[in-house]
Amino acid sequence: MSKIRVLAGTRKGAFILTSDASRKQWTIDGPHFGGWEIYHMAASPVNPERLYASQTSDWFGQIIQRSDDGGKTWQQPGTPPGAATTNEFGMPVGESNKFTYDTSEQTGKPLTTHQWYDGTPHPWEFKRVWHLEPSLSDADTVYAGVEDAALFVSHDGGANWKEIAGLRGHDTGINWTPGAGGMCLHTIMLDRNDPNRLFVAISAAGAFRSDDHGKTWKTITRGLVSNYIPDPTAEIGHCVHRLAMHPARPNVLFMQKHWDVMRSDDSGDNWHEVSGNLPSDFGFPIAVHAHEPETVYVIPIKSDSEHYPPEGKLRVYRSRGGGDEWEALTNGLPQENCYVNVLRDAMAVDTLDDCGIYFGTTGGQIYCSPDGGDHWHAIALNLPAVLSVEVQTLD
Amino acid sequence: MIKVLIPYHLQTLAGTGPELELNVPPPYTARAVVQALEARYPTLRGAVVEHASGRRRPKVRFFACREDISHQCMDSPLPDDVVAGREPFIIIGAISGG
Repeated sequence: MSKIRVLAGTRKGAFILTSDASRKQWTIDGPHFGGWEIYHMAASPVNPERLYASQTSDWFGQIIQRSDDGGKTWQQPGTPPGAATTNEFGMPVGESNKFTYDTSEQTGKPLTTHQWYDGTPHPWEFKRVWHLEPSLSDADTVYAGVEDAALFVSHDGGANWKEIAGLRGHDTGINWTPGAGGMCLHTIMLDRNDPNRLFVAISAAGAFRSDDHGKTWKTITRGLVSNYIPDPTAEIGHCVHRLAMHPARPNVLFMQKHWDVMRSDDSGDNWHEVSGNLPSDFGFPIAVHAHEPETVYVIPIKSDSEHYPPEGKLRVYRSRGGGDEWEALTNGLPQENCYVNVLRDAMAVDTLDDCGIYFGTTGGQIYCSPDGGDHWHAIALNLPAVLSVEVQTLD
Repeated sequence: MIKVLIPYHLQTLAGTGPELELNVPPPYTARAVVQALEARYPTLRGAVVEHASGRRRPKVRFFACREDISHQCMDSPLPDDVVAGREPFIIIGAISGG
């Protein structure tokens, strides 16, 4: 019988929730790495027991953790096969937290500054890993989206990281600016049909696509309109909050932007707005149903300064037609006095026949709908603020 | 042996208590203490000083004999009482909360 594993990163540690396919009874394991911010956890689609976690702290920097047993035990990767996993004092020897920007001449355009909030040049400074995206074909390969915005890759299970420098080398890189949350590369999408194709999104630079496995990149922002920047249709400067695609139809992309929900039918070359009847088209996450590529989910938030649901009602909105027409899903969700936020990496779906939808809130709740959004129940109520949610469907 | 006090997050990362004793080779400097700390507890590499630059992380400070030595050169000699193990070398993370 299938099993569901939910990987929740929070402000104060990681939690792993498990249930059978009924998704009624849940076991919560954690906190792992108590007291540390866990920006994201992700599982390899090749080896579901291989998990990666981004453990981070404003004080003490970035740590990458890895589990090879589905989250029961963790280590900092970096020990060669066959080598001792501890030093002479019995301490772990892993050293996986070294993210250094590529400034070599080989990259062609080593960048040293981007634009700061006030428009002045600012040095590129690594702060943290926002998102981990394991390879679709190799359990030891994993991509990392970091702040200040850059894309890194590890081919040895997270032990060593190398920047894919062509992204920052894009002609516009020197003019990228941070959003209020920092200049983060928060979305990485891999194309199952084309291993050379990568999509990334950066706040507040925009969205980018590579068709040569990261060597060169193009902006994919045509059709975006952002009235909060001097040129609303500029090539860069759009605050893209999240991208989503259905794996079987990677040319159709959905975007939750700072304002506006957008859709592209040509791999990002052109976008059009599909916000339709949403009560607010501001929000952070966006997700696609596992089996219905035209069924899309968003969670509207009142505004960019009021990060809570409109009218204090926590509502997921579902479109069964790929946007424009949206229905509110409220059964089981609080419909009064609810003022939590749902962050960009905090919504995910399972792949059971009756697709489950999951999201976590800054109030520490994780909600699950085992029937595509029709009914919801809380599977965790009192966690620290939830930063990310990923879901594994295990056989 | 030099006594080193580390904050909670570094304790959880290294799997230790707050007080460590490190065998630090001369010259006795903040840099030598951090290098000995990283050698003894490799999981702390990059957590006290930055990987790329070797600079003290911005929200980390060093104290010795109740004085803030964070802004001294990391190659400056440590006080005799720290070198002799009578006073600890203290690594502190900026206090915050609310």
